[in-house]
Formats: sequence, structure tokens, C-alpha cells
Amino acid sequence: MISFEHVHKRYPERGDALTDLSFELQAGEMAFLTGHSGAGKSTLLRLIGLLERPTRGQVIVNGRNLGALPRRKIPQHRRQVGMIFQDHRLLADRSVFDNVALPLVVAGLGHKEIGRRVRAALDQVGLLARERATPVALSGGEQQRVGIARAVVGRPPLVVADEPTGNLDPDLSLEIFRLFERFHQVGVTLLIATHDLGLVTRMPYRRLTLADGRLESDSRSR
Amino acid sequence: MMMMMIKKQHARARQQHPRLLDLPGLWLNRHLQNAVATLGRLMRTPLPTGMTVAVIGISLALPAALFVATENLRTMAGGWEQAAAASLFLRQDIDDEEANRLAERLRANGAFAQVHLIDRDQALDEFRELGGFEDALSQLQHNPLPIVLALYPHPSESSPARLEALQTELIALPEADFVRMDTLWLQRFQAILDLAQRAVILLGGLLGLGVLLIVGNTIRLEILNRRSEIEIMELVGATAAFIRRPFLYTGAWYGFLGGMMAWFLVTIAVILLQQPVSRLATLYRSEFPLSGLGPLALLTILAGSITFSLIGSWIAVNRHLRGADAL
Repeated sequence: MISFEHVHKRYPERGDALTDLSFELQAGEMAFLTGHSGAGKSTLLRLIGLLERPTRGQVIVNGRNLGALPRRKIPQHRRQVGMIFQDHRLLADRSVFDNVALPLVVAGLGHKEIGRRVRAALDQVGLLARERATPVALSGGEQQRVGIARAVVGRPPLVVADEPTGNLDPDLSLEIFRLFERFHQVGVTLLIATHDLGLVTRMPYRRLTLADGRLESDSRSR
Repeated sequence: MMMMMIKKQHARARQQHPRLLDLPGLWLNRHLQNAVATLGRLMRTPLPTGMTVAVIGISLALPAALFVATENLRTMAGGWEQAAAASLFLRQDIDDEEANRLAERLRANGAFAQVHLIDRDQALDEFRELGGFEDALSQLQHNPLPIVLALYPHPSESSPARLEALQTELIALPEADFVRMDTLWLQRFQAILDLAQRAVILLGGLLGLGVLLIVGNTIRLEILNRRSEIEIMELVGATAAFIRRPFLYTGAWYGFLGGMMAWFLVTIAVILLQQPVSRLATLYRSEFPLSGLGPLALLTILAGSITFSLIGSWIAVNRHLRGADAL
């Protein structure tokens, strides 16, 4: 599903973020991405979502070589990748329903189909009763669940999350991880960046560790 | 896993099939939704929207008002076309018989389509009718007015140069006292009107450019205000066209509302001026209904206003939305 081959990413203002990074993630796999802050976790995820392009090397996602993807195909690609952020990235002036519906609206789906799918996604994250609320009326954990519903509402084969539990207490974090597990069980490929090491080590999933932009360890030896 | 993928593909095929079938309907629907949604958004902030619309309206009202003024003057001048092109005033000592002979000679000349003789009594009656002079005229012992020959040159003889030549020929006649060339004056007036009309176009273009800048700047601010929203939409896979569309519609609405405002302002002005103009016309013993902006003029204003606004927002959108997904 994801394949990095000798990927370098250099930012003009702060130097190398990723150096010679290679790894593969199979379809249906769930993996954690850990490492100290500034190790390049976010950069890696941004490359997958094509928010950035690598300086060198190849990133292949879902059979697509992202380096060769023309600009006008970028929206199409992003609809295939559900992205979750630490700060949720919700629209504060829109209802929960509208926030979750956004990827479907953008994809041009019909009204009925949108309503059906949004409610299904909200049901999955346990927020069906809050569809009319605005994000500010929700707790941090609930906001993150709205973000997750938005990421999966388009039924993407791949979901990436950047520190989804960064602002949550352990109980809520566990709840979020259980949610990810459920997506994993229905075949979604997940890559989750986190430094919630306590939780991660207790779960039986692959762990990729970055240090200074290099792959330091991979719990599954190749 | 395989089964699931196949199922997924099926589901995708199902959802895409009807979309292909009613694509034109969907496209129209999307535009309609955008149009309604952007208008709603503008209406929710009436004060800033109103101010922008007022600026556009006032800018466009200026050339529109000038247009109305020239059109009315043209209508007025059209009424004068019927007047004689030249009036040949004969010397006081010329009597009716001599005048008639001169008229015959001029008719035979061929330069004139019509030669009309106005004798002293007729002239006095006409003068009385013009109003205001009745008392003064009744004081006079004898009729002071000369015999006048009203001359209508052939259209082929009506160029300004030809008319001036005609003027020198007429003044050279022994019977002539003086010659007044009405057409020459009318033609100068027409030339001034043409100039004014050119000025309307120039002014319209210049203020249209102003509208372009106003709307462009308003849209630029709107884009900056909604930066985070735009970023989120890009994250979930919105195409550039999808993000641009509401801004372009907003620009078009500004143009439409501004154009309507311009029309409204000019119409109000015409209504307010109608009464003083009628009074003025009455003083000249005539009537003159002011004409406002007709449907064609309204359409022109709206088309121009919307076009300039769209260009302005197009430029803003292209300048400020490019940076977001420049990869």
C-alpha cells in the first residue's frame, strides 16, 4: 500500500527532514510511527498525503507513483487517503455533520448519499447524536472523533494520523486507538504517528521508529 | 481481503454509474447551489456587502448618468432637425414680390430641397406664439420683422464645408441682410454630443477598471479570511475549480448587485429631475419627457459590471489560490 524508496526530504530553511528512508507497508496493515519530535514523522505523513513532494527518491501509495502524479490529479489522490491531525483541522463555524460531509461534498456526491454515509461514519465514532453541534461545543476527544469520521467517510483504503492523541488523556487515547483497531479489522491500512509509547508497546502492531530523519528500527524485521 | 476489495470496487462502480448518467444535471445543480450559497453568505454580512455594492454602484452610476444626459440631449436635438438649415433674412426695403422672385431663383438653383418664404405677418404671428413678447409687440407702431426665406439644402449639400460655402454665397446676394446657418450650429452640437458619448465609453471603461480593482481586492480579503477553510478543503481533496467557484460567484454577485445599484441611482436621479425639466420646458412652451435607462441600457450596465467583477475576482483567485497547492 505504501512504499518509500530512498526518500530524501530537505527543507530549504531547516535542512534535511528525511534521509534515505525506505520501508513498505502492506495493504490492510496497521502500523505505528514513533520517534522524538522533529524526527520526521509529520514530514513522512505529509509526503503520503502529497502535501509535500520528496526532494529525492520515490513514494508509491496505492500503486501510484506520487512523484509522477500531475498537480491536477492531487485532489483525486487525497480522496484516497484519510488524514487525521493532532489539531483536528475542523471548520469551527460548521456543524459536525457539515465537517464530516466535506470530503463527500468536495467529491460531488449527491445529497442522499452524503447523508447516509455521514451518519454511518458518525455512528462508527459514536457521535451520531451530536451531528448538529459545532466543534467548539465538543470536548477534545469528541473533536478528534469528528476528525476521524471525516477521514474515513470517503471510505479511503488508507488512513494516516499525525499525533491523533497528542492532546488527550490516556483513557481517551485508548478509546481512539480502539477505534483505529476497528478500522484495521475491516481492512483499512493505517499508519499512525504517535509518541504515546506506553500505549503503543502494549498493542501487537508493527512499529517504525524514526530518529533524525532515518529509520532507526522496524519492529518487523524484513 | 480479496472479496472485500471486489466488494469495494462494486460499491464504487455503483456509486459512479448514476453520476455519469445525469452529469449535466449534476453540473447545473452544483452551480445553482454555489450561486445560492454565495448569495446567502453575502446577505449574512449586509453591512460590508452593502458598502462594496454601493461603491460599485456609485462608480457605475457616473457613466450611466452621463449616458442618460447625452441620450436626452440627442432626443432634444432630434426635435430641431425639422428646423430650417439656413434662414436668409432679407433687407427691410425688399417687398413681397421681390422676395418671391428670389425664392423662385433659389428653387431653380438645385442646391435646396425646399425654399419656404415667411412674410412679415407670418413672422409676427410666429413671434407672438413664442411667448413673452406679446406686450412688447403690441407697443410697436409697425412690424419691424424682415421677410425670411427658410432654406432646406439637399442632404448631399449638407456637409459643414458645403454649408459654409453656401453661407458666403447667400450673404453675397444683393437682397440679403444676413444669414443664419442653423444646421451648422446643430452639427456642432451633434459633434459635441459624439464627443460626450465617447467620454461616456472612456469613463465607463475607467470606472469599470475601478470596479475590477474593488471586487478583486474584496475577493482577495475574503480568500485571506477563509485561508484555513481553503486549506482544509484542499486536504480532503477539493479540486482547484471547486475552491475557486464560490469566490467567482461572489464576484459575479457583487457585479450584479452593483449594476442594479447604479441603475437604481440613475433612475432615482431621473425621477427627481423630471419635474424641474418639465417646468423648464414649459417656460419654452414645449414639453420634454426625460428618458431614463431603458432595458437595453440596464442589460449593458449589468453585463459590463458582472464582466469587470468576474475579471477582478478571477485575477484575485488566481493570484491567491495558487500558492496553496503549489507542488
